Amino acid sequence: MEAKQYIGEGWKHAILIIGAIVVMLPFYMMVSMSLKSQQEIQSISGGLIGAQETQTFPVCVKTGYSEETCTMKPYQYNYWFAFEKAPIPRYLMNGVIVTLSIFIIQVLVALPCAYALAKLRFYGREFVFSMVLFCLLIPVHGIALPLYVMLAQAGLVDTYSALILPWTISVFGIFLMRQFFMTVPDELIDAARMDGMGEYAIVWKVMLPTAIPALLAFAIFSVVAHWNDYFWPRMVITGNRDLFTPPLGIREFRGGIDSDEFGPMMASIVTVTVPLIVAFIIAQKRFIEGITLTGMK
Amino acid sequence: MGTISLKNISKSFGSTQVLNNLNVDINDGEFLTLVGPSGCGKSTLLRIIAGLEQQTSGDVLIDNKNVNRVRASERDLAMVFQSYALYPHLTVRRNLETPLRLRDYNAFERLPLIGNFSPSKKEKTESINQLVNKTSETLKISELLDRKPGQLSGGQRQRVALGRAMVREPVAFLMDEPLSNLDAALRVHMRSELSELHNSLKTTFVYVTHDQAEALTMSSRMAVMIDGNLLQLDTPEEVYDNPSSLSVAQFVGSPKINIFKGTSDSGGTVGFLNVNLKRKSSESNTDLHIGIRPEHLEITNESNENTFSGTVAYRENLGSDIFFHVNIEDGSNKIIVRGLPQFTHQISNGSSVNIKRVSDKALLFNQAGMRVQFTNA
Repeated sequence: MEAKQYIGEGWKHAILIIGAIVVMLPFYMMVSMSLKSQQEIQSISGGLIGAQETQTFPVCVKTGYSEETCTMKPYQYNYWFAFEKAPIPRYLMNGVIVTLSIFIIQVLVALPCAYALAKLRFYGREFVFSMVLFCLLIPVHGIALPLYVMLAQAGLVDTYSALILPWTISVFGIFLMRQFFMTVPDELIDAARMDGMGEYAIVWKVMLPTAIPALLAFAIFSVVAHWNDYFWPRMVITGNRDLFTPPLGIREFRGGIDSDEFGPMMASIVTVTVPLIVAFIIAQKRFIEGITLTGMK
Repeated sequence: MGTISLKNISKSFGSTQVLNNLNVDINDGEFLTLVGPSGCGKSTLLRIIAGLEQQTSGDVLIDNKNVNRVRASERDLAMVFQSYALYPHLTVRRNLETPLRLRDYNAFERLPLIGNFSPSKKEKTESINQLVNKTSETLKISELLDRKPGQLSGGQRQRVALGRAMVREPVAFLMDEPLSNLDAALRVHMRSELSELHNSLKTTFVYVTHDQAEALTMSSRMAVMIDGNLLQLDTPEEVYDNPSSLSVAQFVGSPKINIFKGTSDSGGTVGFLNVNLKRKSSESNTDLHIGIRPEHLEITNESNENTFSGTVAYRENLGSDIFFHVNIEDGSNKIIVRGLPQFTHQISNGSSVNIKRVSDKALLFNQAGMRVQFTNA
């Protein structure tokens, strides 16, 4: 390579590095603040992890713990107090229950729909598909109120069903899988039929395994969207703290006697974000494997 | 048993008629080839037999039972596809097992994990394993059983696809251009293997191809289809020597048959160029097409009333034969003549040659393209 090319590549990398810094900076702040003491956070000092001096935390004492219990290093305090103050494991479990239920039901609905729209010939197929496309255009917030009223009428407010039911039919999922199924050769389906499979067996035993890459992409969209969703849980979970999802749980750290104590708040945010990042990294690896798995012509 | 009868089969997609009132009777144990140019409806016909496509009208009978309303999965036929259509996520062994599992296990036994508690499952698994092993030995794919289709070459995938069709021991095999994705040498090799396989299995084969050479080499009978019509159904020899129409004559045989424009006079004597045929046409006083295959023309030194002359435009050397593309002197025809290398190696492009025909080999067709017989006299 010549020097000129190095400079050209250098520019690209410089721009990408700046972009990466912009994206990473909030995460850096979050992790850093979850480790530091309140004074260090407010005076913006102490670098990444602060001085980590053992100290007694006033908010902790005010909450009713003994001074001895409240004396520790800031990073210990932040994480310990976050878990003391709010049932974070419970929130995480709620998050897992809700996002997984949503995703599984979405797949159960979307795969047969997508298969029918992509591979079966029936009267009105184009119309149904155009309705799917039409539904893609409806913003969630536009129908939130009617949905809420319907759930309230059914007596489902403050239940898991209220968190899960409205999201079980994902038109985006149907659309995405339909586009992927269009690329699966018809002969593969015919071969399965000749082997004696019924249409449902074809969906689960032939289409599902070949669609793993697309399904993972959809899983990332779906899980991230519903794990991070604040708007809908805020609407339908009105009082029952046992049903709080992680974003609702984070809100617990605002207001009250200890208003704006950032250390424990950031510690809780880190706890809520980490599972998603880990899941994403694992999925990404499988994602690439999935692509190489489909050795189809 | 494996007889298949098609009665008055028609198929149209919207307003396009794809198959036109076809009648075919396929005998038990026969190797029947459906051959025709692309778009003639042969694949559609095969899919109708398989039950993957519903005919617009007509009946399909398998072993004398009407299967119009029987689903593909219940017709007990096996199909080999052009793209092989192996399950990409399963190993070769599982690919071969799949049709057997679906046939032998009941719904409960097919369930993951809890299906294993069924008392009869073990026995069935045993017999499935035996069948898979037997088939893979026959096809020499035993060492590939643990690989995925993506790791196999085209020829190996082809064998696995055959194996998946064979394990179930179906009533008949349906094959949709199974060799067309292979390279030329392997294709020729697989032809003989398929024929051997047919001889040892003694099951009915219905084989679709656009390659007339495959049809001629492998089939016990071949059905020539053009534009949704069945033009001729007969043994390869009969179809080649005695085509029923001009289209069949032109489709079957490579290089293509030479067609000359000619006329018959009131006495039925057929003349073309400067040559008169010895035999008399049964249709007199009309324009005719005279078809002569390249191997029935010879390059000769003679020059008389039975020969005509032309210039070699292109010389196609195949080693065992040389085909000469010759422009006839009056400019009306470009014909192909076969020459044996030992006699014709010195003839090059641009030489002028005399051509003689082998007697009693010409075929006559009328203006509508139908065959015209010679009178016996």
